[in-house]
Amino acid sequence: MPTGTLQIRQISGHSGSVPGAGVSREEEVCKYIDVTTCIGCKACEVACVEWNGNPFAPTTFDNTYQTMPSTTWNFWNLIRFNEHQREDGVLQWLMRKDQCMHCEDPGCLRACPADGAIVQYTNGIVDFQQENCIGCQYCASGCPFDIPKFNALTKKVYKCTLCSDRVGQGLEPACIKSCPTGCLKFGTKSDLVALAESRAKQLREHSGFANAGVYDPQSIKGTHVIYVLHDATKPELYGGLPANPQIPKSFTFWKRLAKPTALLLALCAAPVAFFHYVTAGPKEVARDE
Amino acid sequence: MNESATILRHPVYTRVVHWSYATFFVLALLSGFAIYTPWLFRLFTPIFGGGPMTRLLHPWFSLGFVVSFVLQVVNWWRPMSWNADDGRWMRNIRAYVTNAHAREPEYVDFFNAGQKAYFWTIVASALLFLLSGVPLWFPNTVNTTVVSVSYVAHDVAAIVMLVGFLIHIYEGTAAQPGTFQSMTRGTVEKRWASTHHPAWYRRVSRL
Repeated sequence: MPTGTLQIRQISGHSGSVPGAGVSREEEVCKYIDVTTCIGCKACEVACVEWNGNPFAPTTFDNTYQTMPSTTWNFWNLIRFNEHQREDGVLQWLMRKDQCMHCEDPGCLRACPADGAIVQYTNGIVDFQQENCIGCQYCASGCPFDIPKFNALTKKVYKCTLCSDRVGQGLEPACIKSCPTGCLKFGTKSDLVALAESRAKQLREHSGFANAGVYDPQSIKGTHVIYVLHDATKPELYGGLPANPQIPKSFTFWKRLAKPTALLLALCAAPVAFFHYVTAGPKEVARDE
Repeated sequence: MNESATILRHPVYTRVVHWSYATFFVLALLSGFAIYTPWLFRLFTPIFGGGPMTRLLHPWFSLGFVVSFVLQVVNWWRPMSWNADDGRWMRNIRAYVTNAHAREPEYVDFFNAGQKAYFWTIVASALLFLLSGVPLWFPNTVNTTVVSVSYVAHDVAAIVMLVGFLIHIYEGTAAQPGTFQSMTRGTVEKRWASTHHPAWYRRVSRL
């Protein structure tokens, strides 16, 4: 970024070392979500819809406080509500802010066949470029979190951008800005992982949540949205958060290696045919009776 | 016999149907391989007016292929049926490929076993295409596992068809002089018929 390139390297007529020399800036961003302090107010849902200029989607009442069953193409941020009775009889009301996890190894990006439709910035944000999207929805089957959503009218896929437009201007995402409890925080990945670990430790040692922990799944090399959970051993309780998210092999091994190899082998039929013509020759019409 | 005389091999219905699905096939092939791998995306999508249009048209091209190919399957069901002679032919396929004999064996009728094998391979991969293509066309209606399995199955069908298609073009043109006009004008020379399909030639000559 411009500010990075204007860092001073040498100073004329200056005695001593260059102030600030060797300082480096961590570029990877992170959204921190502490589900234990979420009150389910849904301010983040509203802020998301407003900032991104999305039309308000109809809500569905299903006897819970959840706004609708899942995120939609124009509703990228959903608080999931789950009632859970622990083995010791304690009833827990679990609320999880569901949105794109901005995976370090994004399954959507791996699955996408369209040049430039999905990009990952160096700060870790995974962003859809709708002008390049062809509407095939492979991204949706590559995603372990069921996030990319198709708009049948525009034939494009949409999802949370982690407010890349705001982050690019040095602002925090809209959901973070709106959170009244501070359960949402935004910063660098290493800072927030450290914060999340200390919060989990606090929950384990002082609040009686023996299994409290951080959700930052390493099966996809970590995510740029991390959770602090009361029980990190059972992430499924929180609206089906996968314990071990995986990208289907179709979009890793198959797409990257098997597909181009198979195509090259198949195309060998053309030179094989040509050399058959050159060596064995055509089967001419027989002249003798 | 009058050696330059011609006989009808493919009636006009067969030819029209053949070139209908051939057209849809090539369109589906180009639009499909545009999406198949990123290496071909920029090469083939402009033909159809860009990526979104390629994605939109591909299933319709494919549907056109399936519908017109079904007509040919019905049309050719009987002559394409496999029989004991075809097993014999397949055991001697080496002689066919190396052009060891000037003529096909006496028992070869309207289609030889190689043509039948190609035909049924295309039928099988068309079915695989269709079964895997529907979930890819409407991924919203099925779960993501079905989509990722269909994705692989669709590629397998594509590779099988591509190999078959390349061999088919060669066999129908350069490899067998006189064959191409059987699918354009519909006729073949009698000498061609007795060379490539002796049993068929005997049957039609007797009429």
